[in-house]
Amino acid sequence: MNFLAVKFRSVSDRIARAAGLDVRLLGMLFMMAVIWLTLDVLTGGLFITPRNIFNLSLQVSVVGIMTCGMVLVIVSRHIDLSVGSQIGFIGVFGALMQNAWLPIDGTSTWWITSLAMLGVGIFIGFAQGLLVAYAGIPSFVVTLGGLLFLRNAAFYINSGVTVAPLNETFQLLGGGLDGTIGVFWSWVVCGLAIAGVALIVWRSRRRRSVHSMAQKPLASDVLMVAIWAIVIAVFTATMNGYKQPKTDIGMGIPIPVLILIGVTIVMSAVARKHRFGRHVFAMGGSSESAELAGIDTRRLTLLVFMMMGLLCGLGSIVTTARLNAGASVTGTMTELTVIAAAVIGGTSLAGGIGTVYGGIVGALIMQSLESGMILMGVPTPLQRMVLALVLIIAVWVDTVYRKARRA
Amino acid sequence: MTALVELRNIVKTFGGVHAVENVSIDLAAGEVLGLLGHNGAGKSTLVKILSGVFPADSGDILIKGQSVTIRSTRDAKALGIETIYQTLALSENLDCVANLFLGREIAGWHGFMNDEAMEKKADATLNRLRLRLPLLSKLVSSLSGGQRQAVAIARAIQFNARVLIMDEPTAALGPEETQNVATLIAELSNQGIGIILISHDIHDIFGLASRLVVMKNGRLVGTVNTGDVTKDEVLAMIIAGKVPEARQA
Repeated sequence: MNFLAVKFRSVSDRIARAAGLDVRLLGMLFMMAVIWLTLDVLTGGLFITPRNIFNLSLQVSVVGIMTCGMVLVIVSRHIDLSVGSQIGFIGVFGALMQNAWLPIDGTSTWWITSLAMLGVGIFIGFAQGLLVAYAGIPSFVVTLGGLLFLRNAAFYINSGVTVAPLNETFQLLGGGLDGTIGVFWSWVVCGLAIAGVALIVWRSRRRRSVHSMAQKPLASDVLMVAIWAIVIAVFTATMNGYKQPKTDIGMGIPIPVLILIGVTIVMSAVARKHRFGRHVFAMGGSSESAELAGIDTRRLTLLVFMMMGLLCGLGSIVTTARLNAGASVTGTMTELTVIAAAVIGGTSLAGGIGTVYGGIVGALIMQSLESGMILMGVPTPLQRMVLALVLIIAVWVDTVYRKARRA
Repeated sequence: MTALVELRNIVKTFGGVHAVENVSIDLAAGEVLGLLGHNGAGKSTLVKILSGVFPADSGDILIKGQSVTIRSTRDAKALGIETIYQTLALSENLDCVANLFLGREIAGWHGFMNDEAMEKKADATLNRLRLRLPLLSKLVSSLSGGQRQAVAIARAIQFNARVLIMDEPTAALGPEETQNVATLIAELSNQGIGIILISHDIHDIFGLASRLVVMKNGRLVGTVNTGDVTKDEVLAMIIAGKVPEARQA
C-alpha cells in the first residue's frame, strides 16, 4: 500500500516534472475538482452554476486578498492575529471619514477614503512590525494585542454604532449588482489576461535562449498557455453567464475579484521573483543564516508587517464597500480563516515554506466547502466543525507528502 | 609592506566576561593564517568582529593600512571580507543559486531578480573553482556535507573576496573532501586572497597554514611560523598558554 503510493508518486512526479508542471499545485487543483463535483452532486446540481460560482468568487475575494499577505507573514516565521480586527477598525474609520469628515456624495470621496484606509493599514503594520522587529516582542503576542486593541478601538471610535450608508462610487469596490465590469469589459480583461500569459511564457523562453540555457519542451509551454487560456475563458464565460435579476444582461467579473486576481499576481511575483520575497523565505528558513548573508532581518520583518497591513486595508475597503457600512464587528474571526487558508494551501507554520497561489487555493477550498454546505442546508455549527476537521486533515496530508518527498 | 588586514588591540566583553582581551593580529595578501585555541579561547569572537557579526568594544581594524569601521556583515562584505561559518550558514529551504546570491541577488527593474543571469554566473563560478554540484536548482537541504561546503565556499569567493575566513573548514568533511578543500585553499592563496583558518584541532590546519596564532582565555599566546615548530610544541601553546623558547615568529 505504502509502496504503491510511493511508486505512484514517483511516476506522477516524473511526468509532471518532464512537462515542467508543479506537482503540489496539480494535487491541490485535483482536490478542488473533487470537492466541487462532490458538492455539485450533493446539492443536486446547484453548486456548479454561474450564480454560485459568481457568489463564491465574490465571497472568497476578501479572505484571498489577505491570505496573499498572510502566506508571507507565516513564511517569515511570524503570525498576524490582528488581521480580522484591522478589517473592523479600518472599516469603521473609512465609514466615519465618508460620513463625518468628507461630503458623502463628493466625487473624490471614494478614492480619498480608499487611500486613507490603505494608509491606516500600513500604519498599523508599521506599529506592530516595529514592536516585533525592533523591540523583539514575539509576533504572536504583539498581534494578539493588536487583535484586542483594534477590535475595541473600532467599537470605541464610534461608540459601537454602525456607520452607514457609504459613498456610491465606493460601494462599487465591494461588488454587488453594479460592482462588476460588465460583459464587454470582462471579455477585454479575458483577452488581455491570455495575452499576458503567452507573453510571460514567451519572454521566459527568450531569456533562456539569450543565456543559451536548456529550454522546457515547446509543446509543454504551448500546452501550459492553452490550459491557462481555457481556464481564463471559462471563468469569464461563467461570470458573464450569471444574469442580472429579471434581465438577460450578464454580470461580468466583480471588481473585488479583479482586485483579488491583481493582488495574487503581484504577490506571487514578489514572493518568487523579487529580492524581498527571496529574503523573506531565507529569513523564515533560518533567520541567523539570513542575517549572516547580510540581510537586514529587522527591516525585512517590519516590511512584512507593513505589507500585511496594506493588504488588510485593501480587504477592509472591499468588505466595508460590500456591506455598505462600517461596523465594529466586521471581520471577527477572519484572522483564523485567513491563517487556515494559508496553512491548507501548504504554508508551513515552521517558516520558510509556502506559496501564494497555494494560499489562494486554500481559501477557495474553505469557501467552497462553506458555500456548498450552506446550499445543502447544513446547520452552521456543523459547517464549522467540518471546516475544522478539513484544516487538520489537510495539514496532516501535507506533512505526510513532505516527509515522503524528503525520503 | 603593509598588511592586508590588521586587527589592533581588539577588546570584546560579554556581560563582564573578557572574550577577547587586547589582541592584535595581522594577515598578508596570499597568506594562510591558522587561528588556534580551545573552545572559548576567543578565536571565533575575534573573527566575528572582523566579519561584522558584532562590533568590538575597542580596538582598530585596518585594511591595507586604512582604518575601517565594520558595523555589519554587509560592511565586511563590501570590504571584501567573506566568512564561511562552521555551520556554513546556508538557507536549506532555498536552492543552490538562491544561496550563492543571498543578499546580493542580481536584480533589475525595481528589485525583480534575473534568475537566468544568476544561474549562469553560479555555473561559471563553480566551474572556475572546479567544484561539482549535481544540479543548481536542488534545495540545499538535499545536498551532502561536501556539496554544502562547496556552495558555502563558492558563495564566499565569487564576489571578489580579498579576505576569506573559514571557521573549522574541514571538521565535518571526509578525507577526500578535506583534500579538495586543501587544494582550493592553496589555489586561493596563490590568487592573493588572505585566508584565516580557525580550528580547535591542530591536526586540521597544521598542514594548511603557513603561520599559526594561538589564543587562550581571550588572550593572544603567541604567533609562530608553522615551519619552525612541531605539532607538540603548538599543542603545548594551546594547553599551557606558553610559547616555546626561541620560536617566536
